[in-house]
Amino acid sequence: MSIVIDVEKKVSDGFGLTASFESSGRVTALFGRSGAGKSTLVNIIAGLLRPDRGRIEIDGEALFDSARRIDVPVHRRRVGYVFQDGRLFPHMTVRGNLLYGRRFTPANSRWGSLDEVVDLLGIAALLDRRPAGLSGGEKQRVAIGRALLASPRLLLMDEPLAALDQERKGEILPFVERLRDRMQLPIVYVSHAVDEVSRIADTVVLMEDGRVSAIGSVNDVLGSRIENLAEAGEAGVVVTAEIVESDRAAGVTRLQHPAGRLSVPYTDAPVGASVRVRIRARDVSLSVGEPGRISIRNRLAATVVGLSGGASHAVSVHLDIAGDPLIANVTRDAIRDLDLKLGSPVVALIKSAAFDPLSIGGGRPAGPGSR
Amino acid sequence: MFDALTPAEWDAIHLSIRIATVAMIGSLPFGIAVAYLLGRGRFPGRTLVDGIVHLPLVMPPVVTGYLLLLLCGRRGPIGIFLEDTFGIVLAFRWTGAAVACAIMGFPLMVRAMRLSLEAIDTRLESAASTLGASRIAVFATITLPLMLPGILAGMVLSFARALGEFGATITFVGNIPGETQTIPTAIYTYTQVPGGDLGALRLTAISIVISLAALIISDVMARRMTRRMLGA
Repeated sequence: MSIVIDVEKKVSDGFGLTASFESSGRVTALFGRSGAGKSTLVNIIAGLLRPDRGRIEIDGEALFDSARRIDVPVHRRRVGYVFQDGRLFPHMTVRGNLLYGRRFTPANSRWGSLDEVVDLLGIAALLDRRPAGLSGGEKQRVAIGRALLASPRLLLMDEPLAALDQERKGEILPFVERLRDRMQLPIVYVSHAVDEVSRIADTVVLMEDGRVSAIGSVNDVLGSRIENLAEAGEAGVVVTAEIVESDRAAGVTRLQHPAGRLSVPYTDAPVGASVRVRIRARDVSLSVGEPGRISIRNRLAATVVGLSGGASHAVSVHLDIAGDPLIANVTRDAIRDLDLKLGSPVVALIKSAAFDPLSIGGGRPAGPGSR
Repeated sequence: MFDALTPAEWDAIHLSIRIATVAMIGSLPFGIAVAYLLGRGRFPGRTLVDGIVHLPLVMPPVVTGYLLLLLCGRRGPIGIFLEDTFGIVLAFRWTGAAVACAIMGFPLMVRAMRLSLEAIDTRLESAASTLGASRIAVFATITLPLMLPGILAGMVLSFARALGEFGATITFVGNIPGETQTIPTAIYTYTQVPGGDLGALRLTAISIVISLAALIISDVMARRMTRRMLGA
């Protein structure tokens, strides 16, 4: 499973897209602000927009290559597309929508069955209904199922959760995770939401002003290196830990990480499963030696491995927690008072209430590139 | 009242319905094609095509009928071609009346279809193409079904226009009882003779009934379509 993108397109006088990257991740996230060119790039991959020049390959097969004059038409690309707004066909039932792409797929290229996909997405009760009567979350699940049943070689998802409210997002994300974990299907996932990206992506492609400005693992790209993330207080890392105890009534799930225990908001995954948790740099405090009586439950043994900071009063302290990275934002004064240096042993403190419930989930490690 | 209809009046009613139906069905494929061409096509001369299609709407019907007579009459270039090649004669036949009605109703038909075509979200069509549908398949499975309400409206307008068509018909094919005499031309004949009022009134009543029936049928069909689309 690999995709190669190297395209250029002039969109308007002031804006052009130049994107070049390769990814072998199961979920490649195109991440960036709106207007960064993410949707343009996805439309180019799907074949809905034609690049001025360049090359697009899936598993070594060219979908577009200006040098070799290859431009496979949209309907022969077998690239599934889940749109932000669903785009279900209003004159067909849910079943009709789901099976739409099937008849155009050659029998020997088909995979998956209606039953399988319906079961994966939990939409059995909707089959005979019309799209107009579905909720936003239901529409999006049907849209995902419709794309899957056309047996694509690559699935594009363009902000599939953007039109949904928080609660619905939490409802759909587990399905996207199941998709990632059960199907041998590479996914390109477009989003400007840190929580979604850190929860499901292996590889993150950061886009700014029509260019790819960084590519790497979730922790590489969503760490403190990104200035605008740091400004927004969204810089952070994703840590994988194992569930040891879950208490639905108390709303708490306890995780075991080699560096210590973590209490996070309740999550559905079973005991023993490993989940991803996103920890923002601004939510991490540091203590030298065990703190005294204190309300914070989450304490991880850490070692300082790096200090960085711009002109602002805050410094990003890069930590090592039993082999995983962690970042803490602390003030310059605190660095001086605690006498923090490279190699200093510290205790990283994280308030349980600081965890964003949407960012917790997973079931599998952060994938290639994660340490 | 129906017992009172004369055979000539029955002929006129029968002919009117036949001519209107043939005109409507015959122009349907052309209407859809032209609506698609004008609604989606980007080609030089599009405005000119648009203008020509709309010409019968703004020109006096007699002018359209006279042009048809010049072109498709027995000595007109198209008329000679049709007669020599297919043995079809249009002038002073009911088939000619159907052609005249089709042309008069064409701009209305195209307009209704084009409006519904332009209301279709083209993003649904791109979604269909990412699912593997070729352009023809997209048209047949997405565009055409979503255009159906407009197609229906276009057919009704064309049918209604054909029922009322007078000027182009009488100029091109005359007013021959049993061959080209329709309800409007029959009413006109009645008004030209003394004591014809009763006959004219009878045909007027029939005309209203047919028009109302066409409207109601199309309304029921349109409502059924919308209900299916919105999914109760």
